[in-house]
Amino acid sequence: MQLWLIPILPLLGFIVNGLLGRRLPKSAVNAIACGSVLVSFLWVLKSLMGLNAFSGGLTEPHIERYFTWIQSGYLNIGVDFAVDRLTAVMLLIVTGVGFLIHVYATGYMAHEGGYYRFFAYLNLFMFFMLVLVLGANFLLLFVGWEGVGLCSYLLIGFYFLEKFASDAANKAFIVNRIGDFGFSLAVFLIAMHFGSLDFGTVFRAVNGMPVEASAGWITAIALLLLLGATGKSAQIPLFVWLPDAMAGPTPVSALIHAATMVTAGVYMIARSSSLFLHSAHALDIVAIVGIATAFFAATIGLTQFDIKKVYAYSTVSQLGYMFVGLGTGAFSAGIWHVMTHAFFKALLFLGAGSVIHALSGEQDLRKMGGLRQYTPITMYTLLCASLAIAGFPFLSGFYSKDAILAAAYEHAPWMFWIGVITAGMTAFYVFRAFFLCFFGEYRGDLGGNKHGHGHDDHGHGHGTPHESPPSMWIPLAVLAVLSLVGGYLFNIPKYLEPLFKIPAEEAAWPWTTWVSIAAGLIGIASAYVFYVLSPSIPDGLVKAFSLPYRWIYNKYFVDEFYDSAVVDPIVDGSRSLLWRMMDASGIDGIVNGTGKTARGIGDLVRQAQSGFIRSYAAWVVMGAILVIAAMAINGAISGGAR
Amino acid sequence: MSTLDIVLFFPFLGFLTLIFMPKQSPMVKQLALGISLVVFAISLLLIGTVIGHPEGYSFVANASWIDYPPIHYHVGLDGLSLWLVILTTLLTPISMLVSWKYIDHRVKEFFAFLLLLEFGLIGVFVSLDLFLFYTFWEVGLVPMYFLIGIWGHDRRIYAAVKFFLYTMTGSVLMLAAIIYLYNRAGTFDYTEILAQLQTGKLVLSSTTEHWLFLAFFIAFAIKVPLFPLHTWLPDAHVEAPTAGSIMLASVMLKMGTYGLVRYCLPLFPNAAHNNAGWITALAVIGIVYGALVALVQPNMKKLVAYSSVSHLGFVVLGVFSFTQQGLDGAVYQMLNHGISTGALFMLVGYLYERRHSLEISAYGGVATPAPNLAIVFLITTLASIGLPMLNNFVGEYLVLQGASQSSFPATVFAAIGVILSACYMLWLYQRTFYGKATESLSHHMPDLNTREWAAALPLLFLMFWMGIYSQSFLPAVSAQNAQTLSQMKAYQQRAQHIASPVTEVANAR
Repeated sequence: MQLWLIPILPLLGFIVNGLLGRRLPKSAVNAIACGSVLVSFLWVLKSLMGLNAFSGGLTEPHIERYFTWIQSGYLNIGVDFAVDRLTAVMLLIVTGVGFLIHVYATGYMAHEGGYYRFFAYLNLFMFFMLVLVLGANFLLLFVGWEGVGLCSYLLIGFYFLEKFASDAANKAFIVNRIGDFGFSLAVFLIAMHFGSLDFGTVFRAVNGMPVEASAGWITAIALLLLLGATGKSAQIPLFVWLPDAMAGPTPVSALIHAATMVTAGVYMIARSSSLFLHSAHALDIVAIVGIATAFFAATIGLTQFDIKKVYAYSTVSQLGYMFVGLGTGAFSAGIWHVMTHAFFKALLFLGAGSVIHALSGEQDLRKMGGLRQYTPITMYTLLCASLAIAGFPFLSGFYSKDAILAAAYEHAPWMFWIGVITAGMTAFYVFRAFFLCFFGEYRGDLGGNKHGHGHDDHGHGHGTPHESPPSMWIPLAVLAVLSLVGGYLFNIPKYLEPLFKIPAEEAAWPWTTWVSIAAGLIGIASAYVFYVLSPSIPDGLVKAFSLPYRWIYNKYFVDEFYDSAVVDPIVDGSRSLLWRMMDASGIDGIVNGTGKTARGIGDLVRQAQSGFIRSYAAWVVMGAILVIAAMAINGAISGGAR
Repeated sequence: MSTLDIVLFFPFLGFLTLIFMPKQSPMVKQLALGISLVVFAISLLLIGTVIGHPEGYSFVANASWIDYPPIHYHVGLDGLSLWLVILTTLLTPISMLVSWKYIDHRVKEFFAFLLLLEFGLIGVFVSLDLFLFYTFWEVGLVPMYFLIGIWGHDRRIYAAVKFFLYTMTGSVLMLAAIIYLYNRAGTFDYTEILAQLQTGKLVLSSTTEHWLFLAFFIAFAIKVPLFPLHTWLPDAHVEAPTAGSIMLASVMLKMGTYGLVRYCLPLFPNAAHNNAGWITALAVIGIVYGALVALVQPNMKKLVAYSSVSHLGFVVLGVFSFTQQGLDGAVYQMLNHGISTGALFMLVGYLYERRHSLEISAYGGVATPAPNLAIVFLITTLASIGLPMLNNFVGEYLVLQGASQSSFPATVFAAIGVILSACYMLWLYQRTFYGKATESLSHHMPDLNTREWAAALPLLFLMFWMGIYSQSFLPAVSAQNAQTLSQMKAYQQRAQHIASPVTEVANAR
């Protein structure tokens, strides 16, 4: 099947654009960047059709082995790719949505410096993301995992002249490293206990073990994998990097920090479902982490004014839903939500980018308003996405969210209810953003030539808001269609049935569905009341609840807490305790003290002390020579005497 | 005269030639570089033979050097020493290229000393006679002492003396142990002593073994350097000229780790096992401690030096896990550290030549005037922090995988070092390359020139190659390590008075 072509094509794009892009015209850079991803997408389709993936085939994984990567003792880690139905879904999402975002970026980035660099990084990201989903063992998954993290670092820090951008990039990388710490320990344990890192071998061995007899170390492996997933997929406690990651250009936020990379943790847990199914505790914790993150991030989303921040917290929250799906055993529902979320959240970000583009870099919702007359296409597409995420009946988000909430109810009713409240908040904050952006009067500076203060440093200095070029709105339109019908068209749980059994068959429209629809509608309606009908209400509420509001608005001060509880003690402690005290005064003090004493004795012994520095060396060398010479002479004499 | 003899003595001949050349001779640099390149080219011829036969010694030469006591010129090459020799022959010409403009006084001596250093280092890796080994060990010391002491920065004398005394202290202990072994075995020949120990002809009491192990171990641990014997390293690095730092970090520190694998494990397996606990603890402390102290260094070279303490901790951790993966990873990590830290010191040197400061705060925004330098530095940084598909990842992974089998808690702490490496390196990178460049910095920050590229490219190339296709390098190492481990096991079983075949024991798992 030549699966290797799928990631190699974007890699070639990266190499060509990376090495020659500086000298190429923009059209050539575009063609290489978008073309490589398009061909990769087509190759995915061709390969999958060759494997009958869409016609009932591919119930067993298709594996291709290329070469040995690391071989040591019992360990043999190959560069092997595998495709099963789960990978097929991920491949289509990554290359499909990825291609649309590449096209969009050609328009969005048209006026930016470092154009070729941007697309080289974007292609490199595609390469690693595809390795991540294609890898047939844990270490290759880890290669992709770290690689996408690197690209995320590079792209968040794309505007590296600004300190906040490089700070955000560092934060993303380092927080993810904490997660990777867990992931890597899990890998060590897996290799230790199974003697292999191959998915096939490991999962066969796990499946052969009776669930009742599962050992503590399986729970340990599962929890360590979960730690890794909380980093990449921005869950409590490691979610803090994702909101800051919005410092990157908006297409990056859409591709990496919404549609694909951040779902890698969900993919990884779904991939390791055998392990998790052998540890009820671990699964429980996955679900609890998910629901807590979903709720907590949604509350923050209610209060933010930066449009990208609203969507960022929304992403964290939606990823929480996916974890709830995983943790309640509805793995396929989680993956379903990965897909629908890729559609509507990519669209939300790209739409936000279109708005930001229209406003020459403005990201503050308070300075928007009334944009429906300037950017109608953007408005309608964003409306589709907002309805989809709000769970409006028959739209894509409705199906996947409903499947997750149904599983949550089966698992624990309280989890369902928190999920429903979160769904209401979600509907509220996306429509809050929507209304603030497109309804009412324009609150910005018409005709002004202000450079936006926004994090996404994207200004061209036009005055009146303007609709985006076709290269931007066509991808929006395609994603809008997918957001509308994607859930209905692609029934992921059914498709993934060979891998994950669907929980219990339930009635077509149980009451839980009606409750979640109602929550969404109430959220939308209250946003309409608050931000269109009587905009004074929110201010009143803020005044009435100023203390909790400030707490939530400042994101519960989690960043500040981490800084003062972890970062500062480590840095200060290392500086004053370890370096200045221990190293400089302690160890070196002893060493130099010994040296001084020795030299003092030496001074007494020696009369002359001139040029003692070099004489150390000279003495040693001469001493060594003398010893050798003496031995040689001695040998010669005794040899002669013999 | 075998290829190995040529590789060993050609640099020495070069040294002599340069030393006896008239003071103002033209083309000294070109001559030295030419010699080192020829040595490198010849050394590549060694690879095929050793890879075909990695467990035993190839290119063996054994001739009497001094009749009594019987000191032999006994050299040979196996899977363990092969790559270290290649590393030395590769980094010598690179160090020369880096010094091309940087060294402006006593040029002849400088290049001569680099050749002498190469001679000493290769000698250490190929010696199979303990006294010969000790001689080369000391030979390597002298040129490095002068490289720091003459061409170093302001506090060069202090640093050079400190370096010298630290190393000498260990060397003396090792010399005593070597002489003791000679008295017991009647020979300095390493292979013979090993054979005597393995066949039971020579039996060391456990106390004796313990002390002999310690004597060797301390000499090596200072060289590695293992916490808390590391404080000479930051000073030596900061004061050394760029080429000195490169050779010191890339190759010289490996004398210590090489010694551990070559001598401490096979000669004193029981003592190695018995002492593994606290050594592992020190290695792990070194990993975390080195990383934490690196985090707060205001001086680039000190930062990289402390990062070496951290990285070398991984090597020691791997060696004393006594597992195949741990040892393979440790040896691989010796090479990786040589490549990536050598490259880091080179790049820091490039920055210094432009801006004449090692303080991180003197930089900022370098990526704008010098984008290529920024990219090369970035790739090296990523290699250093163990990003997959680059060289360090393979070594670090194997070390930690091996260590997890012998001590999982140690692995957990060591893995924290992996987190911290990202912190200090990315922070360094941010403060140096990101942000807006000041006028004066931009003015003094030309991008890489051809010579600088030439020195950097081989290292970059190896970072990728060793990260993606470790199969070119690892099998030879692995075969040799498997042999060491099985010998250790056999020896231990014999020591426990259990009859067991010496030849073959399945590898530890």
